[in-house]
Amino acid sequence: MWSANMIEARGLTKRYGDKVAVDDLSFTARSGVVTGFLGPNGAGKSTTMRLLLGLDRPISGSSTVNGSRYADLAAPLCEVGALLEARAVHTGRSARSHLLALAATNGIPKRRVGEVLELVGLEDVGRKRAGGFSLGMGQRLGIASALLGDPPTLILDEPVNGLDPEGILWIRNLLKDLAAQGRTVFVSSHLMSEVSLMATDLVVVGMGRLLAQTTVAELTGHGPAVSVLVRTDDVSALATRLSGAADAIDVQGPDTLVVHGLTSREIGKAAAQAGIALTELTPRLPSLEEAFMDLTRDTVEYEPHTAVLA
Amino acid sequence: MTTLAPERRGSSRRPAAPATARVTLMRTINSEWVKFRSLRSTWFSLLGALVVAVGLSFLFTSLHGHEIATRGASAARGGFDPVQMSLRGLMLAQLATGVLGVLFITGEYGTGMIRASLAAVPHRWPVLAGKAVVLAVTTFVIGAAGSLVAFLVGQAALDTNQLGVGLGSPGALRAVLGGGLYLTVVALLGLGCGFLVRNTGGAIATVFGLLLVLPILGEALPSSWSTVNEYLPMNAGMQILRTTAANGSLPPWTGIGVFAGWALLCLVLGLVTLRTRDA
Repeated sequence: MWSANMIEARGLTKRYGDKVAVDDLSFTARSGVVTGFLGPNGAGKSTTMRLLLGLDRPISGSSTVNGSRYADLAAPLCEVGALLEARAVHTGRSARSHLLALAATNGIPKRRVGEVLELVGLEDVGRKRAGGFSLGMGQRLGIASALLGDPPTLILDEPVNGLDPEGILWIRNLLKDLAAQGRTVFVSSHLMSEVSLMATDLVVVGMGRLLAQTTVAELTGHGPAVSVLVRTDDVSALATRLSGAADAIDVQGPDTLVVHGLTSREIGKAAAQAGIALTELTPRLPSLEEAFMDLTRDTVEYEPHTAVLA
Repeated sequence: MTTLAPERRGSSRRPAAPATARVTLMRTINSEWVKFRSLRSTWFSLLGALVVAVGLSFLFTSLHGHEIATRGASAARGGFDPVQMSLRGLMLAQLATGVLGVLFITGEYGTGMIRASLAAVPHRWPVLAGKAVVLAVTTFVIGAAGSLVAFLVGQAALDTNQLGVGLGSPGALRAVLGGGLYLTVVALLGLGCGFLVRNTGGAIATVFGLLLVLPILGEALPSSWSTVNEYLPMNAGMQILRTTAANGSLPPWTGIGVFAGWALLCLVLGLVTLRTRDA
């Protein structure tokens, strides 16, 4: 049943030597939407995906896909399609043979190989060796492997990596379509902008820990704007007028103010009552990027030391 | 369970797995056969093994046959084994099948393919079993064919000095089939070491360390320990290629059995590694 198609992680923990890669991570990815799995590089996204696929063993915690442990799936390729970050393809083999070998393990009919090659646009190069593929073609072959078993759940690690703009648009639409069919689509990325264009739900991680399980809408805040940008020819008069009510007012130029703690409605009304003409009144919502940076600020592992460079 | 589920909004269809879809050992063997035959390196290795086995057989038998004939029958006949001489090339051909066994798995670790393979077969052991079956059958068929051709070519060359023997002579057929077995065990030894070490260079070094370096180290043992030498992989395995008994060696079938034991040990260690280590 569709409702059972979800990914659940409970307390996943993984260490490599002394280094904690994933730390007590719990989250859920539900069916019918694209769930973005976000975090800076080194946050443990790829490790988490390997844990979900039973490739790495957690130190503690567990995960299930469609209600089962991955290892218990009778035909895993027909339940979960995966695209792994490093290309999981033998460079000496043709795309077609690669897919035929994978299909054979799960009893997937051979004609399906032709179908997925066509679906990802590799039908003309199916007999060429995968070692000669560009990064974008490699990603397409990875997507083809993921779709081989027509699975209700997809786990994709950085699928837009290496794709050209046309390829990015293609994958964005493909993933949205797959989710709209009711599938669970779990996509990792370190690019906020990309995720915001295709995901509905978000799982945000930093240094292996869960920072937020939320939605794109929630993170960008349908809530109040944090500040309002106001332009007027009479900056000082407006600033004086608002100074009692606003939390803070930054004068940013001869005709520009940034007002904190008031809504644009309140500012507009106050200006009207004082007879001050406004030339611009723009509420500033935090961008997904800013919200993300806020969440991950303390957890960025490889932060450049700008002080040293300066 | 899926047919009874009501269609949910937005889902045009249930992409249900075909009822027949499930992982089985036979399917994994089939998959490994597809992988095996779709790499050029497979066929280069096997062709290399054939050419070396037959070519060296011709070289050895031509040169030595002539030498024995000119030195006179009485002097040469002592340790002369026409069957073993025609199968000498297998000692070099084993390099090719050993590398073939190693690459069959380390090629997957090197390229990342192993993660796709293990995600498709999460119990993992069928991957090792499938590779072992495919490798063993193919190497035995091609190795035995190569061994037979090497024997025939070698005996024909020896026959120019009336030294050749036929397949019907005592032990000849056993040695020829044994040649195929020997190459198969070397390939499986390579596969086991590949699963254990995962890295091509390291695995090749391990295999040929076991085959070629251990006997040299064994020479250094005190004479009271010399029976140990008989049980070293290559010393034990190559007895199947002889038709004359040699002192200080195991009987042919015992020898190949011991050799197969070494390969089995490596495969079991490889399996434990595969099951317990992260992919």
